[in-house]
Amino acid sequence: MTSVVSPVSTAAPAAAAVPGPGSADRGVVAASFLLQRWRWADLALLVLLLCGYLFAERHLALATSVLVAIVFALSLDLAQGYGGIETLGHAAFFGVGAYAAALYATHVSPEPLSGLAVAGACAAVVGALTAFAVVRAHGLTQIMLTLAVATVLYELANVFKGITGGDDGLGGFDVAPLFGRFAFDLFGHTGYWYAAGVLLVVYALCKALVNTPFGLVVQGIRENPVRMRMLGVPVVPRLVTLYAVAAGVAGIAGGLAAQVNRVVGMDALSFTASANVLVMLALGGTGRLYGAFFGAIVFVLLSDRAAVINPTYWLAALGVLLILVVRFAPRGLSGGLKGLR
Amino acid sequence: MSTLVSLLIDGVSYGMTLFLIAVGLTVTLGVMRVVNLTHSAFAMVGGYLALWLVRSAGFSFYLAVPMAALLTMLLGLAMERTLYRWVYRSDALGQLLMTIGITFVITALAKGIAGPSIQNIPLPVSLQGNWVWGGEVGAVSVSVYRVFLVAVSAALALALWLGLERTAFGARLRAAVDNPSMARCVGIDVPRVFSITFTLGCGLAAIGGALGTQMLPLEPYYGLKYLVLVLIVVAVGGLGSLRGSFQAALLLGLIDTLGRYYLPALGAFIIYLCVLGLLLVRPRGLVASTS
Repeated sequence: MTSVVSPVSTAAPAAAAVPGPGSADRGVVAASFLLQRWRWADLALLVLLLCGYLFAERHLALATSVLVAIVFALSLDLAQGYGGIETLGHAAFFGVGAYAAALYATHVSPEPLSGLAVAGACAAVVGALTAFAVVRAHGLTQIMLTLAVATVLYELANVFKGITGGDDGLGGFDVAPLFGRFAFDLFGHTGYWYAAGVLLVVYALCKALVNTPFGLVVQGIRENPVRMRMLGVPVVPRLVTLYAVAAGVAGIAGGLAAQVNRVVGMDALSFTASANVLVMLALGGTGRLYGAFFGAIVFVLLSDRAAVINPTYWLAALGVLLILVVRFAPRGLSGGLKGLR
Repeated sequence: MSTLVSLLIDGVSYGMTLFLIAVGLTVTLGVMRVVNLTHSAFAMVGGYLALWLVRSAGFSFYLAVPMAALLTMLLGLAMERTLYRWVYRSDALGQLLMTIGITFVITALAKGIAGPSIQNIPLPVSLQGNWVWGGEVGAVSVSVYRVFLVAVSAALALALWLGLERTAFGARLRAAVDNPSMARCVGIDVPRVFSITFTLGCGLAAIGGALGTQMLPLEPYYGLKYLVLVLIVVAVGGLGSLRGSFQAALLLGLIDTLGRYYLPALGAFIIYLCVLGLLLVRPRGLVASTS
């Protein structure tokens, strides 16, 4: 059934973006291979980070949370945008990374970079373990499996209150100065540059990854798993690897959040967190990496502003925005911009 | 012994409520393959409408619940005719996002209109209290409300089963579930069948939501909070399988109730672990659908 559904599901948004029904299929393939090159837009992202620092001088905490959200959305884009793995439980890895970083800082060493590596590694291991079940399933079962994994982890965190702090969260750990020199200050200057640096490295690695033969293979699997299998591609192992990598990146995002905020709560594992990142990526556009930037910036900034103005109707506005984006710009805001050009 | 009996009753009534709420989604997913994450929000709408009818309009509980179900059905039908046309046209991920968006809107409206607090529908006097059998020692005591809930949901489930197995509409629906394109070929108006089923599903969810407020209390985030439970019932039961959903809902209700009583430290953990295990062993659910 999936072999029939997946090409249709990816062709449908393409048909909306590319004029002419005949060119739709070729358009998707050409686009997905062209989009991955380095281009001036990547330089713009660098400038954006700099501008973010200069303009958000007084809102550095918010700017930092935008950066964390971008890393998180990037990881979802790897799994969903490139591998076609549908997930409603991506917060599982974010939460695992966050708790791993917090526990590492509490019990082992407050050094931030090794903590981040531990966070990524733990999440990648969890990702690899669950991937074997997740990538074999399709459609609703796949969504449910990811959801079940995230919920089991959430309830685990609830059961082992002694370790995780339960609803109170895990706090009170220290993070040592970055490279032994730059202490994390109260105003979040170091935090911002730390997150920005991690984001740049993660983005560069993601970009490199999707351009490798491996990256092209998983995009092929997304387009047509049956044909890829016929070409001799070991579909399941490739998807497992991709899922583990995506989980690792999500873990890094979680670790980053834990280190910058100095506190980890159960909400890091919650269904809401999974849904939020899905919404971010949908707003930004999947399968193009910089969609994660658009989506996360729009989502986090809007929700922060709206929470001040009217938190109730913010949710309604978000819902309407989501409906309209899916209806009129199925490839997200970045896809919509591209369509205008 | 007496504890076990009341636990069983509690578990069964909880499971039956879940079944009422989830059954519509089973069909939605089974027939149209629409990932409808708004479904649990319809249960909430039903609950709030019944609450409003009882509290502000002064209707009796027994009258308010069916009226709330009818109103929810109207709303469901209206939405199916308009907004869901967009949902149908999207791919699976788009459907997921769009219906999450609709749920967000309903949640925000509920919060704006009914306030953020957790609410119950007050039970009528005739449903309060317990029935007690036996002597002083080992007396079996069951809540009247729970028995009423089991009776109503059993009656509804039976009606549903009869409607599916014994009527022409049921035959058409089963044909549409099993093979939508073949059903179309033999002249069944599948979209219409789906519209009716969607509306009925909304009504059942509304009844479940209105009757179950003692277990699943009303709050604006109801639609998102219990969505996971409803999805579990559908996924564990198997797409499009009413029997599967029924079994899954009962199982879920019993495991959850017994688990929380005998292993309170683990809380809801058991249920999700069971679900994960079951999905690993039987990825297509308890009763795998034929298509």
